[in-house]
Amino acid sequence: MHLDSSDLAAIWLTLQLASLTTLLLLIIGTPIAWWLARTRSRLKGPVGAVVALPLVLPPTVLGFYLLVIMGPHGPVGQVTQALGLGVLPFTFAGLVVGSVVYSLPFVVQPLQNAFEAIGARPLEAAATLRASPRDCFFSVVLPLARPGFITAAILGFAHTVGEFGVVLMIGGNIEGKTRVVSVQIYDHVEALEYAQAHWLAGGMVVFSFAVLLLLYTRRRAATLW
Amino acid sequence: MSVLRVSFCLAAATLAASAAAAEVQVAVAANFTAPMQAIARQFEQDTGHKAVAAFGATGQFYSQIKNGAPFEVFLAADDDRPARLEAEQQTVPGSRFTYAVGSLALWSAQDGYVDDQGAVLKKNAFRHLAIANPKAAPYGLAATQVLDKLGLAEAIKPKIVEGQSIAQAQQFVATGNAELGFVALSQVYKDGKLTSGSAWLVPAALHDPIRQDAVILAKGKDNPAAQAFVDYLKSPKAAEIIKSYGYQVSAP
Repeated sequence: MHLDSSDLAAIWLTLQLASLTTLLLLIIGTPIAWWLARTRSRLKGPVGAVVALPLVLPPTVLGFYLLVIMGPHGPVGQVTQALGLGVLPFTFAGLVVGSVVYSLPFVVQPLQNAFEAIGARPLEAAATLRASPRDCFFSVVLPLARPGFITAAILGFAHTVGEFGVVLMIGGNIEGKTRVVSVQIYDHVEALEYAQAHWLAGGMVVFSFAVLLLLYTRRRAATLW
Repeated sequence: MSVLRVSFCLAAATLAASAAAAEVQVAVAANFTAPMQAIARQFEQDTGHKAVAAFGATGQFYSQIKNGAPFEVFLAADDDRPARLEAEQQTVPGSRFTYAVGSLALWSAQDGYVDDQGAVLKKNAFRHLAIANPKAAPYGLAATQVLDKLGLAEAIKPKIVEGQSIAQAQQFVATGNAELGFVALSQVYKDGKLTSGSAWLVPAALHDPIRQDAVILAKGKDNPAAQAFVDYLKSPKAAEIIKSYGYQVSAP
């Protein structure tokens, strides 16, 4: 094995970042997706577009704005400083914020699709049985939308693992704090350490394939049911 | 009818111009961005040839060139990568020369933050110090040498944030995310003075000289514009521009 301690640190950090980001996205993304699936508001279009923005924006745009907005002169930076938290760039917390923005559509869109697929009928049925809206959501919607949640979690996790440009722009390449696998690979390539780059890069290919295989075989299984 | 005639004329003129004037693809180290833009403008005016520049980290260009990138001239940030390319027979033999010797500056976007002796480093009251990645960028390596020489490497190490190129290191400082950072003097200096903020011009004795070498790459062997550009880079006119950005030019 050609992996040294800094490679292992990068892998561990990447897994932590992706797990935490996925968890936060499921918490934040569920109400957004629910609202988008059910609303008849005129705001549905604009909100849906904002959620989808990270799909089409280059990571440099996200990274640049995050760097400026979270920096000491930016609005978010002013707030975090006032709260005594310092500024977010170059910190693990900053990467989490960046990743949540970056992977948002990958979690919200599968959830929204799942909620829309349930339709109104099961909810109406539950309501006639005097289930409260809250009860409805937890006992009817969540179980029915389970495949959507699994897809959302897998995509959010995998997409965060594959994040590069945003981390590069706001991370500062600090070992154990902001140097994730994709940046570590970039470093190895730049320093001509191709053997180490191969181990990590090959690992990423295998990991990504395995994740997508899991996703697509699950999908097939789901449609067969 | 007349529109058609005009467009014919334009097309003919463009063709004629392109027959005489060639284009050369130049890979340029990020620290040399500003002088390169000035030199390219002047070069086109004086010779009619066009130098099309790509800016980036030297290490990255090296990898790209080895893997067939279409660059014809390489202006590196060090003397190591051009020498390696030469040894690997990726260059026109004998074309390698030092086009500029870089100066390192400790720079802050805030006025008065950095004193002219660099004492701010010893005070160590900042949160982040930005440098370029020392593995890939010569200015980053020079920065770590300075910290070693000053005996501050251990104390400051936890505060170091790395940009992938010297341009990104400067960006961290310019946005205020790092209070100060080691950058190329050329990034913050024009016509004998700082363009903004405050800086300490790091004495050259504190780090190995940052010799920046240029080389004509194998792909530029038969392009007259490649040779013309390198000749122009050696001219007194180009030397004036290079010096105005705070570089030194070694005697030819």
